[in-house]
Amino acid sequence: MKRVAICAVAQHKIESDIWYKRFQGMLLDVLEDIQRQTGFVFGGEKGVNNIVSCSDDFFDARTISNNGVCDAIGAHYRGEDKMAQEGLNGIGYAMSLILSGHDEVVYFPAHCKESQAESRNVITNQAYDPFYCRCLGLDFLNAAGLQARAYMNKAKITEEQLAKVVVRARQWAARNPYANETRQLELGDVMNSPMLCDPIRTLHAYPVSDGAVALLLASEKRAYEFTDNPVWITGFGNCMDSYFLGDRDLASNFALKRAAAQAYKMAGIKNPRKKVDLVELMDCYAYQQPLWLEGLGLCDEGMGGKFIDDYGPAQYNVNLSGGMLAGRPLMIGGLYGVVEAVLQLQGKAGEHQAADVNCAVVHSTTGGAGQFHTVVVLER
Amino acid sequence: MARKNRNVAIVGIGQTEYSSHKEHQNQPEMINEAFRAALKDANLTLDDIDCIVHGNMELFESVHQPDLWHVLGTGAFGKPQFRITTGGTTGTTLVCAADNLVASGMYDVVLAIGFEKLQEAGSTTAGITNMADPLWYRHQQTGALTSAEANNIIDEFGEDRARRAAMKLRIMMDKHATLNPRAHRRFGLEYEQMEDLMKTSPPLVGELRLIHMCSQSDGACAMIFACEEKAKAITSRPVWIRDHIAVHKEETVANNYAYERPETSHHRAATELFARNGITDPVEYFDVFEMYDPSAWWGLDWIREFLLLEGDEHIRMVENDELTIDGKLPLNPSGGVTSSNPIGATAMARVAEAALQIRGDAGAHQIKKEVKHALASGFGGTMWTVLIMLEKDLDW
Repeated sequence: MKRVAICAVAQHKIESDIWYKRFQGMLLDVLEDIQRQTGFVFGGEKGVNNIVSCSDDFFDARTISNNGVCDAIGAHYRGEDKMAQEGLNGIGYAMSLILSGHDEVVYFPAHCKESQAESRNVITNQAYDPFYCRCLGLDFLNAAGLQARAYMNKAKITEEQLAKVVVRARQWAARNPYANETRQLELGDVMNSPMLCDPIRTLHAYPVSDGAVALLLASEKRAYEFTDNPVWITGFGNCMDSYFLGDRDLASNFALKRAAAQAYKMAGIKNPRKKVDLVELMDCYAYQQPLWLEGLGLCDEGMGGKFIDDYGPAQYNVNLSGGMLAGRPLMIGGLYGVVEAVLQLQGKAGEHQAADVNCAVVHSTTGGAGQFHTVVVLER
Repeated sequence: MARKNRNVAIVGIGQTEYSSHKEHQNQPEMINEAFRAALKDANLTLDDIDCIVHGNMELFESVHQPDLWHVLGTGAFGKPQFRITTGGTTGTTLVCAADNLVASGMYDVVLAIGFEKLQEAGSTTAGITNMADPLWYRHQQTGALTSAEANNIIDEFGEDRARRAAMKLRIMMDKHATLNPRAHRRFGLEYEQMEDLMKTSPPLVGELRLIHMCSQSDGACAMIFACEEKAKAITSRPVWIRDHIAVHKEETVANNYAYERPETSHHRAATELFARNGITDPVEYFDVFEMYDPSAWWGLDWIREFLLLEGDEHIRMVENDELTIDGKLPLNPSGGVTSSNPIGATAMARVAEAALQIRGDAGAHQIKKEVKHALASGFGGTMWTVLIMLEKDLDW
């Protein structure tokens, strides 16, 4: 298979309430950033003719959310397809636009302002069928609470271990100028923070976040027109689990294991523990960091607690950006992970740069208790 | 576009009946009906499907990320899945996405599903109108209910000729729909009723009357796409996707209805698509056109835009019966969108119906002469277009 490159990335500073700027303005900022870096143009033989976007009708409170950003993403008189699921899946789709022969260069902007909704839970509650399920009051937070309990029992996770995950995330976030929540914490702050959805405490949950990102992707043939330092998308996989929580073993990582297996296979990775240098994963809640690391095959099954105590997350450079726990918007958390991984692979991550990063894994999830997972492998 | 990485064919088609209400099914059940029909049509099982592509208008049913719930009916459990939406064009976008995903080499067999179940949500127009919001500086939106196109046509061709042509086209679509057992609205209209309907059909906005406008329908459409090698093994009658193009426009109303009317997205899409495929005379080349016609007025105007006609050529085609199922270029033998409009499935059904015509499997609404080259369009957003070319033979 031919290779597809990410030539440039741009990210908007994440904040909890960007009330002073419309999302169109945020998208314009990241577009101009990418154009400054690469000089790419829209239209014509050599320009971008198809755009992949990511946004969400519910967070934008309008139908056809991509209608409202058409001009700000360069889609006027051009093709544009909206990823109506977590943005990391758009990497796989944008890849297919190029590998199919339809496009040589694809622009991929995404935005999500969680602050526009009264509450994230009001929106994720809408993911449950109004006639059979919504009346139960389930949303992604409540589903995560059930999963947290199941996983903590299985892997013997302690309050202290969860606190370590959060404290570490904030330490790294402080080195990332784009991170949202950088207030430093002690273990006791986390362990004594108010209960949000038992056993998830307030500081175990990611803060409400607004943001926007943009990427420029190109075929192997054209990539060097836009950068001397392309990052290659070598693996992609995603997988759907059952909808009803009762049909699932919540601590099993069924879908994530399959998504990872697809991505590793495409990238030719037989043993991820030997190959992977850096991981950006979507840990909306602290318990998810060890759980997803098990699913990615970087930690033994049911050993997530010990893995935290043994500095496993540091060994694999997990979420040096601060990750979701420092705040990233729900729909595009995975794309912020791509931005971070690309900067790390290019050696441009500044104060949170890791040494010798050749292969990075980016993960995202959506749905109640991680119903759907996506895994991308990026290499230098 | 350069030559595709590999050829892609439609190998399975499944549609539910389209109707205003489906009390006997919930969303996953309705989707599953189309899904099973497509598998049966292709003589495949779920194990043969590598990836699912899913789409609709999420805010219309007010279900967030509905693919999560619909896994009960889509067969996506344990499989790769994408969800891609573009408003009314969603169905055609899903076809393009499936084509891209198969042509890329990432997946060999992809099943795409478009659906809408509005019975539970209520009003399409309320859903569309929420795009307008003065507080957030959104431009005015009337949804799809507008008389602007009718006014343009009347300005150009006069009241009488314009009104007659629009109503004749509407009756023609109804005549086609009566041949299609899946169509939602089958009134059994006759051309003799033209004068009467022009006066008595309830007015909606200006020149737009109720009879001109598309329905609000429930239903699902599923299609299976395969790479050349697999397609030839699956079926003896694959329908090849030759090329596709999408053209969006930004939402400023003046961009659509300025004093000097800018080029429509339909015209731009057709011009580029035909040019890069060497099609100089689309009316001669294509044997069927399944067009997304949200109203008879829009449909009338868009015949000219898509087929790159000039002056009153499109009106004459209607007047001279050239667009009937037995005409020179049959338009919407399925009855089109004024007959059935399950929004997330509507545009996909255009491609599905065009493919059925090429296969010769359209039943009572099958075009009598051989169909080798088909054109299908999607419409959505703020005047957005997707245009897809299908072929019977791999000979272009």
